[in-house]
Amino acid sequence: MAATDDLAVRASSDALLKASAPPKKRNMAQFIRWVLLFAGGIVMVMPLAYMISTSMKWPWEVYNLGLIPEEPTLENYTYVLEDGRFFGWFINSLVIATITTLSALFFDSLVGYTLCKFKFRGRYIVFIAILSTLMIPTEMLVIPWYMMSQSFGWLDSYWGIMFPGLMTAFGVFLMKQFFETVPDDFLEAARIDGLNEFQIWWQVAMPMVRPALAALAIFIFLGNWTAFLWPLIVTTSPDLYTLPVGLSSFGDEADVAWELIMTGAAISTLPTLIFFLIFQRFIIRGVVMAGLKG
Amino acid sequence: MASNPSIHDTTPQATQPPVAQGGFYSRLSINQKRTLWAWAFLAVPILFYVVIRFYPTGNAMVLSFQEWNLLGDRTWNGVDNYITLFSDPVFWQVFRNTFAYLLIGTPVSLVISFIIAYHLDQVRFMHGTIRALYFVPFMTSAVAMAWVWRWFYQDVPIGLFNNMLASVGIAQIDFLDSTTNALPSILAPAIWAGLGFQIIIFMAGLRAIPRTFYEAAKIDGVSTWTVLWEITLPLLRPTIVFIVVLSSIGFLRIFDHVFNMTTANPGGPLNSTKPLVLMIYQTAFDSFDMGYAAAQTVVLFVILLIVSLIQLRILKDR
Repeated sequence: MAATDDLAVRASSDALLKASAPPKKRNMAQFIRWVLLFAGGIVMVMPLAYMISTSMKWPWEVYNLGLIPEEPTLENYTYVLEDGRFFGWFINSLVIATITTLSALFFDSLVGYTLCKFKFRGRYIVFIAILSTLMIPTEMLVIPWYMMSQSFGWLDSYWGIMFPGLMTAFGVFLMKQFFETVPDDFLEAARIDGLNEFQIWWQVAMPMVRPALAALAIFIFLGNWTAFLWPLIVTTSPDLYTLPVGLSSFGDEADVAWELIMTGAAISTLPTLIFFLIFQRFIIRGVVMAGLKG
Repeated sequence: MASNPSIHDTTPQATQPPVAQGGFYSRLSINQKRTLWAWAFLAVPILFYVVIRFYPTGNAMVLSFQEWNLLGDRTWNGVDNYITLFSDPVFWQVFRNTFAYLLIGTPVSLVISFIIAYHLDQVRFMHGTIRALYFVPFMTSAVAMAWVWRWFYQDVPIGLFNNMLASVGIAQIDFLDSTTNALPSILAPAIWAGLGFQIIIFMAGLRAIPRTFYEAAKIDGVSTWTVLWEITLPLLRPTIVFIVVLSSIGFLRIFDHVFNMTTANPGGPLNSTKPLVLMIYQTAFDSFDMGYAAAQTVVLFVILLIVSLIQLRILKDR
């Protein structure tokens, strides 16, 4: 696309840029820009910093503005975890988000692959039909889902929390886009080698779209980890709450003990934060990939 | 489950191929075999989409013309639910709130995220670190952050913001207990959490603009402002459309923040923060007025559809 730019023009424009820009002033402006951006970034993480700091403060110090606790303590964590409920909610969230993510990855990529690589009558209708579900807001479905769960006895169960998210139209669309980049020759070669269609998908095509799968996994896991409305509706017994639902009820009952609420908030936030800090570049790349292709 | 089979007819059904037996399967042509595989791959997903997406959609629409309290029978009542809804002053209050979230949230987050992305794009030193600082709130759960911000908003001596104001001698502000301040106060963490995503998408859009445009502009001696307005923003249009549509849908569906920051009196004070999704939740799961709630979800669906279509229209081809 941009291959037409002439080297001579480029060289002269570079020279022009260097000659025309007074370096001192530029550096100063650039420095101010950097400082403001950095300060803004610090402000952005302040709520998280205060959450973590307060979760490590004693009750008598909570209303202190200082960010560093005078006497840091893990007492709040011990208290909240010994209570037992948060631990259970953590496990619930972890299991539910993991299973949902695996299921969505499997089915979304299978459907995306089929709609991309198989030519058969009806594929457009299927694709448009699945895509059209993106227009339907979850809020419209929760009432029928609730009725369904009630008549099948799915209320207050892992299955009840998970079933709406086992497949996603967004994932189908995303994976279909990425399977376009897999050359048909590879699949044809595998076919000649005697692999069946399932093996071709699983052993040949899937490894070639690993980055896309990872990007989709981040989105779906994060979405399920933080999901609130449906788990709130479908669960009534505290044993089956997910972290967000549990935190919401805990906050309500522990209304004044802000250090405990902050501890609960930290417990439900830290796993994704730590995950982000470790895989930062990879996550940002995945978000851009999923965001722009989706 | 099959109480409403007519819905199924409008959706693509997997015409299940006959069971592939050895003889039958081997007699098929390669294309026929592949078609068989395709439908086999699609069978479970099609069942899922029909049962978990299309059937409930139809069910919600049908239910919106009925009255039902979860226990008795579903009885038809025509458009009564819609008439009740449109003559309910609370609905119009909720309607205004919902659009207030949209009309403040979308432009504010768009402008802030663009400004940050535009400048961050030109910074090399510690670029990755600064980007991470802005992105980190996106990785948090809305519920947890709603509680953190709720604490910030408390009165002196509890809340962080009022403590800060007090320390510089400013009178404390009623954040969540005031009918005028509560909505923007709840909106703030929602904007905050979404900024990182928008910044990343904006920066990807900025990178996609070919360098040659800028170089040509520099040769012509065009000012930075003109470059921004004449080159950067027009070429960024697809990115802007994407962010506007996505964030609008998000703000129209706001729920987690409102519910958690006003748990004692959800949507309060005096319904001044209640968005449509919260009204739906309360009608369905506090009052068990399922038909009425279904009518509200249909209205939400129509609003989302109209707003997205208008935005795509205005922003795409001008």
